[in-house]
Amino acid sequence: MKHFVLGAAVLAGTALSTFGAMAQELNFWTWRAEDKAQYEQYIDTFEAANPGITVTFSSYESTNYFSALSTSLTGGTGPDVMMVRSYGGLETISNGGFLLPLDETNVPALAGFSPAAIASETSRTDGKTYAIPFASQTMLVIYNKDLFDQHGITEPQTWDELLAASEKLKAAGVMPFANGTATAWQNESTFHALTASTFGRAFYEDMIAGKADFTDPRYIEALTKYDEISTKYFPEGFVGLDYPSAQQLFISGLAGMFAGGSFELASFATQNPSLNMGIFAAPGATAEDEKLGSIYFDGGYAVNATSKHPEAALKFANYLASLEFGQAFANGLKNISPIPGVTFESELLQEVSEMNKTAIPYIMFVHFRYAEPSGSALLQAEIQKMSAGQQTPEGIGKVITEGVAAWYEPFQK
Amino acid sequence: MFTKQLTGRRLWIAALIMPPLVFVCLFIVYPIISAFAYAFFEWSGLARGDFVWFENFHKVLFVEPFASRTVNAFSHNVFVFFALMVFQNGLGFVLAYFLWRELPGFRFHRIAVFLPVVLSTIVVGFLWRLFFHPLFGPVNAGLKALGLGFLTQPWLGQDTTALWSIVFANAWHMVGFPTLVFLAGMQRIPGEVLDAVRMETQSEWVKITKIVWPLVAPSATVVFTLLFVGAFNWFELPYIMVGLEGSPHGSTDVLGLYFYRTAFGNQSGAPPDFGAGSALAVLIFLFIAIVAGTLTIRMRRREIEL
Repeated sequence: MKHFVLGAAVLAGTALSTFGAMAQELNFWTWRAEDKAQYEQYIDTFEAANPGITVTFSSYESTNYFSALSTSLTGGTGPDVMMVRSYGGLETISNGGFLLPLDETNVPALAGFSPAAIASETSRTDGKTYAIPFASQTMLVIYNKDLFDQHGITEPQTWDELLAASEKLKAAGVMPFANGTATAWQNESTFHALTASTFGRAFYEDMIAGKADFTDPRYIEALTKYDEISTKYFPEGFVGLDYPSAQQLFISGLAGMFAGGSFELASFATQNPSLNMGIFAAPGATAEDEKLGSIYFDGGYAVNATSKHPEAALKFANYLASLEFGQAFANGLKNISPIPGVTFESELLQEVSEMNKTAIPYIMFVHFRYAEPSGSALLQAEIQKMSAGQQTPEGIGKVITEGVAAWYEPFQK
Repeated sequence: MFTKQLTGRRLWIAALIMPPLVFVCLFIVYPIISAFAYAFFEWSGLARGDFVWFENFHKVLFVEPFASRTVNAFSHNVFVFFALMVFQNGLGFVLAYFLWRELPGFRFHRIAVFLPVVLSTIVVGFLWRLFFHPLFGPVNAGLKALGLGFLTQPWLGQDTTALWSIVFANAWHMVGFPTLVFLAGMQRIPGEVLDAVRMETQSEWVKITKIVWPLVAPSATVVFTLLFVGAFNWFELPYIMVGLEGSPHGSTDVLGLYFYRTAFGNQSGAPPDFGAGSALAVLIFLFIAIVAGTLTIRMRRREIEL
C-alpha cells in the first residue's frame, strides 16, 4: 500500500512537470483594465498560432500600477511580459536590471520602428532598448466642424487666421476654445498644441544640440503668443476651469476648439457620437511655416529578464511588435500604433498618423522629466503665473533654463 | 486551582490580543519602521543603493528645488492650521454655545450642523470644486443673483483665493465636529456652578470667559490636537480640489501633496524618489508627533478637575 502511494505520487509529479514543460504560462500585466476585452482577443490570436503557450492578462489601476509592478519585480515574482512607461518612467524600472534588453536580434521588427519611437523606450543610462512602443500621442487642435461650417470658418493657415477665427466665434457668442488651466498639466499640453509651429523645428533642433535654451527668442515668442490667445479666447475664468469641465465644454458643443492631445479623440467621440470633429496642427506666423504636432510615446511592452519562460515571453513580445498585432490594436483600441505599415479605419486617426510623420517631440515630456525640477513642472507653474499676470514670457524662459540646468548638462555654463 | 484559572484567563486574553497586535505590527509598525529605513538609502528607481546617512534629509531641507518646496508647503500647512483654528474651531465653539443655550430652532440645528461631517471627504471635495466652478458654480451664480457680480472669481484658479477656498470647504465639512465636542463639554458643566454664576452676574461674556471656557478645556485639548494633526496631514481635500501639484503654481501645495508627489511621482514630475519621499514622511511624522505630544501635555495642565 505504502509503495503504491509513493508510486502514485512520483507518477503524478512526473506528469505535472512534463505538463509544465509543455504548457508555458505567461503572465502579462497592463494598466489598461478598460482594454481587457480587446487584449483577450489579441491573446487568443497569439495562442492559436503558438500552441503550448498560454497568456494570462492581469490589469492594475493606472495610478497604482507602478507600485504593484515594482513590488512584484523586486520580490522576484514579476510578470513575464508587461507594459512599462516611457522615457524617465522606463528608467525607474530598467535601472533595477529587471528588464531584458531588446534589439534586432531578439525582436527583429524593432528595426522598422522610427528612431523617435525607439528612443522613447531606450534608457539613457545604458543606451539599451527595453520595450516595444505601443502607442503615440500627438498634441494638436481639435475643432467642431459643424460650428466652423456654421460660421464660415476653415482650418487656419496662419496664426492671424487662428486669431480671426477665434474672434469670429467669440463675436457669435460661441466660446472659441474650451480650455481651462486650473489642472496643472493642461498648461503644458495646451501651450504645445497651440505654439509648436511658432517656436518651430529649428528651435527644437538647436535646443537639443545645446545651441539654444529656453531663453531663445523663438520660445519667448511662442509663450507671448500663447499668453495673448489664452487671455483673449479661453473661457471667462479659464484659470479656475479644470480639465474635466473643459472637456465637457467642447463635447457639449459649447466651444469651437480644444487644444489638447490625440488621446481625447476616442473619448470625445464616445461621449458625444454626433460630435463632428476635425483636427489641425496650430499654424505658425506665415502659411509657409511648417505646421507641427508635438508627439510622445505612451509606453511599451517589456520582457522580464528573469522570466521562467524566456523563449515563450520573447515569442509573445515579437507578436506584440508585429504588423498583425499593430493593426488589430489600432482597429480595436483606436490608438495610434507606432508599428510601421499600420493603417487606420478612422479618418481622424489616419490624419494624426500623417501629422506624426513630421511632428516634433513633445519637448518637456520627452526630454525634461528625468530629474527634479522637471521642465514640465516648471513650465506648468510659470505659465499659471503668467496667466495670473505675475510672470513674463522672458521670465518663464529664464526660470525653466536655470531650473533644469541643475541636472541637464547642456544648460550648465 | 486559582493559578490554573488565572492561566486560562491569561491565555484567553492573549488569544484575543494577538490577532490585532499582529495586524498593527504588520501593517502599521513595520511600514513606519521601513519608511524610516528607506529614508537613509539612496534610491535609483526601484533599486536600493548605498546607505547615505542623512543625505535625503539634507536634500529635502537644504537643496534646491526641494528646500523651497518644503518651506512653501510647510508654510501653507501652518496657514491652514491657524485659519481652521479660527474658522472651524472658533466657529464650532460659538455654535456649540448657541446650541447649549437652546436658542430657538436648536434641535434642528444640532443635527444640521453635524450632517456634513458624515459626508466623505471625496464627496465634499468634488461638491465644492463644482460650487467654486468659474462658469456654472453656484458660488458665482449666487453672487451675480445678489447683484454682486463684480465679486465673481475663478476661485480655485488664483493664488489669492485658492487656498482660502479649500480652507472654507474644510471648515464647512468639519465644523460640526468641534461643535459636538464643545457641546458635550458644556453639557457636563454641573448645574450648581451655573446657578452660582447667575447669582453673581448677568453678563454672558463673563460667563463664557470665566466659567464655560475654562470648564470645557478638556474638549479644547482634544479638538486642538486633532486639528493640528489634521492640518499637517492635510491631503484629500486639496488633492481633489486642486490636484497633486498644488495648482495654481504651488499656491496650495501642502506637505501631504508634496510628499506624495516626491515619493510616488506624478505625471508631470521626475520619476519617483523614494529616498527623498521617505525622508519627508519621517520629518512630517516626527514634527507632528513631537508638537502634538507637547501640545497635549501643556493643555492638559490647564484643565480643571471638577
